[in-house]
Amino acid sequence: MLHYAFMVHALLAAGAVSVLCGLVGWFLLLRAEAFAGHALSHVGFTGATGAVLLGLPPLAGLISATLAAGLAMGGLGARIGRRDVAIGMVLSLALGFGLFFLHFYTSYAAQATALLFGNVLAVDRATVLALTGLCLVSLAGLALIGRPVLFAAIHPEIAEARGISPRAIGMAFLAICAIAIAGAAEIVGVLLVFTLLIGPAAAAQSLSRRVTVGLVLAPVLALGQAWAGLTAGFYSGWPISFWIAVFSFLTYVLATMLRPTEP
Amino acid sequence: MNDREPAVELDAVVLAQGPRTLLADASFRVGQGEIIGLLGPNGAGKSTLLRALLGLVRPRAGRISVLGRPVRPGATRVGYLPQTEPNGQFLSAWDVVAAGAAGNRLGLPWRGGTARAEIDAALAELGATHLAGRRYVNLSGGERQRVRLAQAVLGRPALLLLDEPLVSLDPAAQAETVALLRAIRARLGCAIVVSSHEINPLLPAIDRVLYLARGALALGPVDQVITTKVLSRLYGAPVEVVRVGGRIFVLPGEATLPLDRAG
Repeated sequence: MLHYAFMVHALLAAGAVSVLCGLVGWFLLLRAEAFAGHALSHVGFTGATGAVLLGLPPLAGLISATLAAGLAMGGLGARIGRRDVAIGMVLSLALGFGLFFLHFYTSYAAQATALLFGNVLAVDRATVLALTGLCLVSLAGLALIGRPVLFAAIHPEIAEARGISPRAIGMAFLAICAIAIAGAAEIVGVLLVFTLLIGPAAAAQSLSRRVTVGLVLAPVLALGQAWAGLTAGFYSGWPISFWIAVFSFLTYVLATMLRPTEP
Repeated sequence: MNDREPAVELDAVVLAQGPRTLLADASFRVGQGEIIGLLGPNGAGKSTLLRALLGLVRPRAGRISVLGRPVRPGATRVGYLPQTEPNGQFLSAWDVVAAGAAGNRLGLPWRGGTARAEIDAALAELGATHLAGRRYVNLSGGERQRVRLAQAVLGRPALLLLDEPLVSLDPAAQAETVALLRAIRARLGCAIVVSSHEINPLLPAIDRVLYLARGALALGPVDQVITTKVLSRLYGAPVEVVRVGGRIFVLPGEATLPLDRAG
């Protein structure tokens, strides 16, 4: 399958995005903000449909919308994990606007399906480069703030007492999260972002009680799922996002069953 | 800080939360190596006072000095145990402690040899070495307090602020935790301010008591502060202090039976 340029592009793009998603997801779960991640992906849908309507690339719209929403959520300061009603209302409105934008777009159905469920095989060379660059920048950012993000996630009050602003760290982290989500939406679609963002991270947290092991395991599992999904899709002819969702779920269930017991 | 400077010094401090005055014109000193029990009814402002000592709440008026310097967030020689439990309880106790080791510095959350030795030493100090590898979520209440205190003594602080460390512990675990306070002071020589809404479990450990009620406070030895006279003045209403078998009971209202009055 590596003879086909579209498959090479897909493997590269999915690889970069899944590694970032695995890492970001591990921290996102620690901060109990999985629902915020879900909401960001829906806001991304609105951004993408808006961009398409304006004749811009969907990825640009995706990223601008998720980044803006991520920064706004982080700017709320207090931990957003418990604000699920407000987040739910905003994401519903975002989806409503997404539909509104699609209404004015002529090739309605195909575009909607691609945004909702992903279209990784349509990723061209320019998009691969853009995604890889964005992921590298985000990984570098995460490497820089990893330690304070971990501290603030586990001991929010002590971190604040040590001079870490919960707002600054929340905004920085959710900005990185927004890029990961926009990337994942490009690969598996906005509805299946959890398959790369949450599934592998949750499996890693079941399997290991160590930070270091978890931060290696989560991106490795995410990468494995993404590439296994692409391979299965290539040989079966069935949708790749379907396979990634299946592998993500199986990994999660297996990890839950294999969760090591206490000595 | 030299040897004569107090660990904590308040000078005409006014603390308020919205329209409520929690502390009106308070001046007092806590000496180095002293263990102070911070007592008072719910909502009296015990947590707010601790947060003010961390520099997280600004006084409306007056001056707060901690370890000989004007208070500011990020003071490294102040250890803090907040009331809420840490997040990420699937992690090992070691990792929960490690998250706070120089967690405000930038970089990856990897720990070098020096940091690892420091974390191991803190766990050993609290007799929690055998808990290091276990998931935090599986620890008992008393074991959790050992681990959380280990995190608080990282970096060998000169002042420890503990917010309700005895709440929701069974009597045995309460006694175990109180014994740890004395052991920590013996090892580190640090001053400890420990809040509680119940005085009896703290009696074996504290040197003086700081009683907070209705914006006023009284600081002194237990026998001079927890008395019918002083507490009635603080509450602005008659209360009765009764001592039975080395324990102290504060009862609302005036006694109708001739009780053994202390005060």
